[in-house]
Amino acid sequence: MAQPANQEAPGSGTRQSETLAPPAGHGEHEGFFKKYLFSTDHKAIAKQYLFTGMFMGLIGAFMAYTFRFQLAFPGSHVPGFGVVSPNEYNALVTNHGSIMVFWVAMPVLIAAFGNYLIPLMLGCDDMAFPRLNRLSYQVFFLSVVVLLISLFVPGGGFGGAWTAYPPLSSKAEYSLTPLGSTLWLVAVALEFVAFLIGGINFVTTTMNSRAPGMKLYDIPIVVWMIVIASLVFMASVGPLVAGAVMLLFDQLFGTAFYDPARGGDPLLWQHLFWFFGHPEVYVVLLPACGIVAEVITVFSRKKLFGYKTVLYTAIATGIVSFFVWAHHQFVAGIDPRMANVFTATTVIISLPVAEMVFVLVATLYGGSIKLTTPMLWALAFIAEFIIGGVTGLFLGASGSDIYLHDTYFVLAHFHYTFVPIAIIAVFAGLTYWFPKMFGRHMNETLGKIHFWGTIIPFNSIFIPLFLLGLAGQHRRIYSYEGFPELARPELQQLRIIATVSLIVMLCFQLVFLFNFVRSMFRGRIAERNPWKANTLEWVAASPPPHGNFETMPTVYRGPYEYSVPNRDEDYWPQNQPA
Amino acid sequence: MKPIATTRSATGIPTGRLAVWWLIASEIVIFGGLLASYVMHRIGHAEFGDYAAHTNTWAGAFNTLVLLTSSLSAVLAHEAAEKGQGPRAARMLLFTILGGAVFLIVKSFEWTAEIRAGYTLATNMFWSFYYTAAGLHALHVIAGMVAMAFVARDAFSNRELQRVELVGNYWHFVDIVWIFLFPLLYIAK
Amino acid sequence: MTGRYPTAASSYAGDIDGLILFIAALVFFWGILVEVVFFGFIFKFREKKGRKAEYVTGEEKRQKRWITIPHALVFVCDILIIVAAVRVWVDVKQTLPTPDATVRVISQQWAWTFVHPGPDGALDTADDITTVDELHLEVGKTYHYELESKDVVHSLSIPAFRLKQDAVPGRTIRGWFRPIREGTYDLQCAEICGIGHGLMPAIVKVESAAQHARWMDEAGRSALAAAPRPRAR
Ligand code: HEA
Ligand code: HEA
Ligand code: CUA
Ligand SMILES: [Cu+2]
Repeated sequence: MAQPANQEAPGSGTRQSETLAPPAGHGEHEGFFKKYLFSTDHKAIAKQYLFTGMFMGLIGAFMAYTFRFQLAFPGSHVPGFGVVSPNEYNALVTNHGSIMVFWVAMPVLIAAFGNYLIPLMLGCDDMAFPRLNRLSYQVFFLSVVVLLISLFVPGGGFGGAWTAYPPLSSKAEYSLTPLGSTLWLVAVALEFVAFLIGGINFVTTTMNSRAPGMKLYDIPIVVWMIVIASLVFMASVGPLVAGAVMLLFDQLFGTAFYDPARGGDPLLWQHLFWFFGHPEVYVVLLPACGIVAEVITVFSRKKLFGYKTVLYTAIATGIVSFFVWAHHQFVAGIDPRMANVFTATTVIISLPVAEMVFVLVATLYGGSIKLTTPMLWALAFIAEFIIGGVTGLFLGASGSDIYLHDTYFVLAHFHYTFVPIAIIAVFAGLTYWFPKMFGRHMNETLGKIHFWGTIIPFNSIFIPLFLLGLAGQHRRIYSYEGFPELARPELQQLRIIATVSLIVMLCFQLVFLFNFVRSMFRGRIAERNPWKANTLEWVAASPPPHGNFETMPTVYRGPYEYSVPNRDEDYWPQNQPA
Repeated sequence: MKPIATTRSATGIPTGRLAVWWLIASEIVIFGGLLASYVMHRIGHAEFGDYAAHTNTWAGAFNTLVLLTSSLSAVLAHEAAEKGQGPRAARMLLFTILGGAVFLIVKSFEWTAEIRAGYTLATNMFWSFYYTAAGLHALHVIAGMVAMAFVARDAFSNRELQRVELVGNYWHFVDIVWIFLFPLLYIAK
Repeated sequence: MTGRYPTAASSYAGDIDGLILFIAALVFFWGILVEVVFFGFIFKFREKKGRKAEYVTGEEKRQKRWITIPHALVFVCDILIIVAAVRVWVDVKQTLPTPDATVRVISQQWAWTFVHPGPDGALDTADDITTVDELHLEVGKTYHYELESKDVVHSLSIPAFRLKQDAVPGRTIRGWFRPIREGTYDLQCAEICGIGHGLMPAIVKVESAAQHARWMDEAGRSALAAAPRPRAR
């Protein structure tokens, strides 16, 4: 969108040509449409993903506002929406969850950061397959359109939860949203296709297109994380794609894959969904950890504590994540003996994740910590994610999950993981790479106001929800007035605290949006390497032109050589000869 | 006008080949999920065997043969491409496409007969799996044929010959999927 | 925990609460420890003029110790959690003590039907008592439940019993509970089941033997008048 005027870099035409590479002629005289809508430039595609994700984030947030308002003040007129009926409530919750996971977390963390960072950090000019990359975004865009249409068709949007358990999701007579369910499913399937295409591109680019001299252990952690996440995604989503086809056929052609009356099995879908669904949470966790690792090393001027440890724990997390799925189904009617196996694997997965947390904390040791806005976000990620992580153990323990399953305790658990990942870490990344993306700085004061205005209400939204969960409050219920134990005023008070906090938090997002848009055009001009960081993206101009580098960089060392003894500078860019 | 990124090869494997392998890997899990679901049901339902008796094993076997032959010509196309004989490679690819077409024609006759006999997608679980799995596979056959048509066009004028191998690899994958489908759907009676 | 926490009205509610507390103790210890170290580092190593950060790779054994030792301790805690969890689980879900009575719970969009065995203590006999959205139990008795669904997935949840079990169409799922405290408790549907999912409340009445007998008597008489046929099996 915004292309600040300070194009300090000369046109990409002056780039030195590497072996075989034809002189770059692209990037110069492209028309507006070509440049912004049909560009194959990885940075343009990254921004398209970013802005689409942010736009969807606002929709998802609006939905959260609407149904939280209904929960705090049941039956009242929600400003900006109206009275929420039970089926509207279900549709709002379902689509809030789907949007936040599939159309905010995935596009922003994987696609936007992946597209932006991978070629720049690897020191090449684009993705290995630029046109495939554009296709990925186009498919994704289509999925957005289909999803948004699904909200407004007759019968209303799909309301069977983001997990879409059949038979509710497979038969229109049960869900009463014939068109909504189908369009929702199609949208999700298209989104999967987009990320499969994108993932293939990420993986091949990282394997093959690294700058000369960049060995495997010289790759910045965030790139590793995005690649591992793409692989985990690729390996876990396949069965669900097959499952989605079966569900679609059940909806449209009357097959009986999930219909027990005719030989099908509803639990099959649950297994396929969670075989994907659980790895999926680590698909978004890993890139977030990667972003946080980059930010923390730069602003504490420290080498990452145990680069290889981080890499191996990430791989271990990815692998173990394939063996825990049934912890979502402890009480779903599976053989109870299976629960014991899945309890063990689930609790064990805390080991690699804990290791990741320990490494990030240990990196701070002996550092020279500068609390800039991106650093605040990165630190907040760690502080908050620990809470989300450890509450997972109550759920992983099969015995206590009997009580906690499908209560707001689960809900608070995963918002304490998802919000740090999809909101907090994303803000860390956005504020950190903003100067590179737009060539200008964001305002620090506004950034800090936004930070505190988000973090404090975030906790006061979800701590009450933990308490409500312990009180036995179930999910996806539009009004608790029918349940004497839950309708008590002291519990209603907690709901009101959560909702009011949400409204406060959303108001503070306006500060961010203002800061973001204003800084794109008016912010202080950024130099190439404002944070004095080592990785290759800071070698390119801010913002980098099409083709990225004037001279293709060569790599001499790992990405985290900060504060190396006997050097004047406390950083040592990867491309600087010794 | 390929970007430098496409031409680099840190692993020593050409980027295109790498991408096709990853594509195949991602497809394997899709078919894997579908076939695993089928096998789970198959084990639990002995009556699937009776339903499977209504499939046309001879047609399936013939189709297996057709696909294997077409894979062979894909290999020959690759060989020709290696030697730089673009037009020959293109002709071999066209032969492979022909194989795909024969496969689809035989399939359509099979399906017509089965649907006439009253076995449709929604008849029972076996037939649902049968049509879904074979249908998904047929879509891949079509996709492979389209891709090969494009590659063959380029190969005629000796352009992008490395792609001959890539579509070939993809075609072998499609072939192998069928090798799994055939016994699971036709023979296991 | 707090007054907000529902009463423990079944024999195993206390075990589940105990498990939650046990995990809480371990996890709070670790959570707080990590947070304290974390904030301590942020404070101690904040930027100061003239001080350069240290160069620690974290690759050497001596340094790695700071990670591997906590890691091993976390592993020990993991084992403890697994053992504790499995013990409770096996008791609640994997074993079926001999019942005093069996109730059938049938869920559908959007109501609960409960079939009580009636005075003869057996289901599927003429004196079965069928109720809607109201389950009557006798305190201190061990019940089996047979959970069924007529349409979509529902979930039988009685927070006061710490009991939850999904009802899956096409299956009959067996489980057990033993109410130990008289009172009226919420019964909720815990799995989304369509538009009326929020409108599926029911109540559980745990009654003393005398009360229960009286209810059975009254209900039996009115039921005979309305003649609800026992469900054909
Ligand atoms: C990105 C998101 C994310 C992440 C990272 C996690 C991480 C974990 N999750 Fe969570 N989870 C979700 C998102 C996530 N989850 C979602 C969305 C759902 C609900 C879906 C739905 O139903 O709609 C869910 C539901 C869910 C359930 C099912 C609950 C139910 O429905 O009944 C379970 C059960 O085992 C579980 C467990 C865990 C565990 C053990 C971890 C572990 O990975 C956590 C490991 C981390 C730590 C443990 C913290 C760091 C460690 C230390 C500080 C050291 C101290 C530790 C010990 C003493 C062990 N999660
Ligand atoms: C990434 C995932 C994610 C995120 C971020 C959120 C964010 C929030 N969620 Fe959501 N939620 C889910 C995933 C997520 N949720 C899922 C999976 C479900 C389950 C659905 C189901 O049951 O089927 C759920 C369900 C759910 C419920 C349960 C409803 C019910 O069961 O009845 C509630 C209730 O309070 C809730 C509340 C909130 C609130 C208050 C926020 C707030 O934190 C929102 C605040 C929003 C913002 C702060 C974003 C502002 C955006 C911008 C400023 C644009 C810039 C964007 C970027 C930088 C990306 N969520
Ligand atoms: Cu029945 Cu929810
Ligand atoms: Cu999980």
